[in-house]
Parts: sequence; C-alpha cells; structure tokens
Amino acid sequence: MSAVATRQSYGEELVNLGDQDSNVVVLDADLSGATMTKLFKEAHPDRFIDCGIAEANMMTAAAGLSTTGLVPFASTFAMFAAGRGFEQIRNSIAYPHLNVKICATHAGISVGADGATHQAIEDLALMRSIPGMVVLNPCDDQETRACLWAAHEYEGPVYVRLSRHPVEAIYTDCQFEIGKGKILKEGEDVALIATGIEVQETLKAAKALEKEGVSVRVVDLASIKPIDKDLILDCADRCQQIVTIEEHNIIGGLGSAVAEIVSENHPVPVLRIGVEDRFGQSGSGVELLHAYGLDSESIAKKVLTFVNRTDTTKA
Amino acid sequence: MNTASTTSYIEEKARAIRQDVIRSVYLAGSGHPGGSLSSAEIFATLYFHEMNIDPADPKNPDRDRFVLSKGHCAPAYYAALAERGYFDKEELDHLRKYGSILQGHPDMKHIPGVDMSTGSLGQGVSAAAGMAYGLRMKNSPAHVYALLGDGELQEGQVWEAAMFAGSKGLNNLTLIVDNNNLQIDGTIDEVNSPYPIDEKFRAFNFNIEVVDGNDAHAVLDGFEKLKRKSDRPCVLIAQTIKGKGVSFMENVAGWHGKAPNKEQMMQAMHDLEEEAE
Repeated sequence: MSAVATRQSYGEELVNLGDQDSNVVVLDADLSGATMTKLFKEAHPDRFIDCGIAEANMMTAAAGLSTTGLVPFASTFAMFAAGRGFEQIRNSIAYPHLNVKICATHAGISVGADGATHQAIEDLALMRSIPGMVVLNPCDDQETRACLWAAHEYEGPVYVRLSRHPVEAIYTDCQFEIGKGKILKEGEDVALIATGIEVQETLKAAKALEKEGVSVRVVDLASIKPIDKDLILDCADRCQQIVTIEEHNIIGGLGSAVAEIVSENHPVPVLRIGVEDRFGQSGSGVELLHAYGLDSESIAKKVLTFVNRTDTTKA
Repeated sequence: MNTASTTSYIEEKARAIRQDVIRSVYLAGSGHPGGSLSSAEIFATLYFHEMNIDPADPKNPDRDRFVLSKGHCAPAYYAALAERGYFDKEELDHLRKYGSILQGHPDMKHIPGVDMSTGSLGQGVSAAAGMAYGLRMKNSPAHVYALLGDGELQEGQVWEAAMFAGSKGLNNLTLIVDNNNLQIDGTIDEVNSPYPIDEKFRAFNFNIEVVDGNDAHAVLDGFEKLKRKSDRPCVLIAQTIKGKGVSFMENVAGWHGKAPNKEQMMQAMHDLEEEAE
C-alpha cells in the first residue's frame, strides 16, 4: 500500500462513522478540502456544517450541538483548533465534559511550505494540560481509523492529532484502545517511544540501529492522554533508558509526558527527540523533518550518541 | 395575551429574584449584583412566562434552552431557577461557597436546569446557536434563548456567532442583550463602544425589538412581537439600569462585581420592599 496521510484516512473513515451513526455531525472552518471533511460533506451534506473562517465560534457551537445528543466532529488545522480555539475548548467543551471530537489536521512541521504560522508544535502540550481531555495521535491509516472509532465510542471530549505528511502502513489491522500503547518491535538496549508520523521514522531508525548492534524496543504511543503508564514503566525496567520521538516541541508533548511518568516512578535517562523549542519554516515535509532532526537518519544518530554516552549514573 | 395580571405576576417574580440576588451575594461575600439586578425582569419573563420548561423534567429533549452568556450574572439566574423550583431555595445561601453546586459561574454538570456552562464572555451565543442548529436538525420544537451583556458585545466571538446564526437562518434562537450601558471600567461607549447595537444585529440578519428591559409589560410585549417575526434569529435589546431597584447601586459601575456589607444589604432590602408598595 502506498503512503497515505492520516488526514485522508480521517476523511474516509468519517464517512463510515456517518453511515453507522446518524448523530454524527461534522463542522469545518473553510478547510474541508484540506482536512478532508469534504468527503463527509459529499456523503452526508445535511450533517455537514461549514462555519467559515471562525474557529472560536465553531468550537463553542460544537459544544452546543453536542448538548442535543449529536456527536460533533470539529475540524480545522491543529494551529487553529488547539491554538485559536484553546479557551473555547477548555471552557465550553472540556469543563462541561461535552461529547465533542476535535480532529485537527496539519499538525507539526511536516505541513511543509505554508511555514511556521501553520505548523502547530504546541498542540499536544495545550490539549494535554486540559483536565479530562483525551489526546490521540495515530501513526498510520489503520490506526487513524481505529482511533476515530474509539473516540466515537468514548463519551467526552477527544482531541485527535492528524497530519498532512504521507505515511506508510504500519498496521494491516489495528485494534486500538484509549490509554494503551503498542510494542511494535522488541529489543533490550533502549526503548524508542514514538507518536504520530514519527513512528514510521523511528521504525526505520530502529533497523539502522540494529545493524550497529543496538537492540531497540519500539513503542507506538498514540494515546498521549490517558497515557500507558504500565508500558512506559516496563520500558524503563527492561531497557533502562528511553528515547521519545515526536513531531512537536520537546516541551510539553510526548517527551514530557513520558519523563513525568518515569521520573516519578522509575527514574532512568530519557532523551527527548522533537522540535527543539524553535519555530518551523517553509520547505517540503521531507526537507523539514531532516532539517529539524526528525527523519530516521537523524533519529538513529541521536540514539546512537545517547546509548554510547558516558553515563555517570551507570558508574 | 399579556394581561395586567401577567405583568404584575412577572413584576412580583422579578422582585423575588432581586431579593435573592442581594441576600445570596451578601452571604457569599462576593459576586455580581449590578447586572443581576438589571436583568431581573428578563429572567422573570423567561422563566415564568416565555419558556416551555418543566423543573420536574429538566433534561427533556424538547424543552426550551437558556444560555447565560454573561455568566457572572449567575445570582439572578440561580434565583430564577430556585424560584421556578429547579432546586431548594436554601441552596442560594451557599452561593460561591466551597462544595456548593452554585459555582461562581453557571455549571451545567451540577446545577439542575442549567443548560450550558458559561462564564468566559463571548461564548454563550455560539453555544446557543449550536443548540439551535442541533434542535433544528432533530426537528425539535424547542427554542433557545441566550442572555448577554452589552459590554460582552466587545468580544469578537459574539459577532462570529451572530454571523453564523444569521447565515444559517436559526429562527429558533432569541438573544437578549442586557443593555445597562455599564461595564467594569465605565460606560460601554467610553470604554469601547458597541453602538449602534440594533443596526449591527440587523446587519447580521436578525429581527430586532428594543424595549425598556426593566418594564415587565414591555419585556413581555417585546417577546410577543418577536414571535410574530419568525423567519430569522431574533434579538431583544433590553435597555436597563444596572443595579435596578437598589437606590445606591443604580447606574454605579462599582457595583458590577462587589458584595454589599450588612448595612448595605439591609438598605437594599428596604429599597426593594419600598418599591413593592
């Protein structure tokens, strides 16, 4: 199967959700051709609401819609969902714990040519810090579809982080449970915990590392919140060192979430690979992932340096 | 339809709401009496005449909805809900207290009869518009009401929501603007004028009525007139006096968010009783 962006999988699966549940309604803010909600619009025009370029209103209107028993999926780019809509999500959706699914596409720097204003690298941190919010970041086509059904089944607010960057299939059939991570490859020297499109890069890095004689465990952590504490602690226990990989600022996202669990329960060294606290820029997705050290080659190098370090704690 | 007895009934309920506002804010030691007092006739009309609701069945899918977009006027909202029988009036004594269901701003998760959690200004109209859209999709006869402040009109989201409601033709939505002309920092036109309010809403494809919002008969009449114009979303611009009914609070911005002390509370209660006579 050729590479497909998770936004495409989202748009397609949304149609299936709409077929199965007549309460599913979709809101967009003039980006249906990019978020791929246009597929739902074509299939279920009477249940598609274009709110125009007004994200604050869209988020709060979704909250209002949900109180009538409908299940709104609200979509725009991650920057304008989690960023522009933060306070609306916080106060009108999460505080009353309303059944709204926020499906944000174009997350991270791999958005590409649009540049920094459209490249959300803070959304996981923002959404994760809201009480009761479920935060999911699927890595491929099948996991995206499974995440959407899990989000639909769950009663309450969910943020789903989606991408524009095409990813190869990692799963042929994905059973997804909110709060559970997945071990994709076993290994003993270091645990690589990745999320979203970085799972693909991490698996490639793992192959290169094995050639260098490093045995790596690879974990796909799509459920950023709630997080799989047991699996993270198992990684700490088994490998004694962890590397996190995410297409997000190293502050506040997956790396922070993993470090919080590890430092409180089973302290081992954690290296956070992500965007190193700087803004994105224009370029192709591939160019940017390389420039920001988030492609498989850069990941392998960083992991190798990390595992070969002189570790005072091991002395 | 709006007989003299209906009007006096609404006046009586507005008075009871004002007394509960003063009492509960005094006991809380904080809160927002000014805008609660200005909107007493609006709450009384909605909860004792206008809305199709049943306190014994507060989750009925076809009930009319109310969103207090200016969530800080919770004391008047809670007084109306208690007076209508949604919960025991004794709860009002615990307004803003630790462990009370009556949070500083409306909380739909814990207060019977509250249809939306609010408090952050500018969001209530969007929530109400979302409800109206959803109810229309479900072919429900329910109508949605939202009360907002005039200072709140400075929030850009109000106009995003007005555009949405007008554009989508949500004729099951009625907004009420409590136009008391005061906000924390002064008069609304001095701070950042939203005037002309009526022309703005008209431009967003709303039907409009402007009434004396502290005259129960005029408020009842305003809602009746809007009902006859059922093709668009509606807005009732209620011109009111902030602090209405309490001599020393009327038209004083300082009483936006301050509790009376015991002496002031006694004076306020006295004023409200005198008005009744």
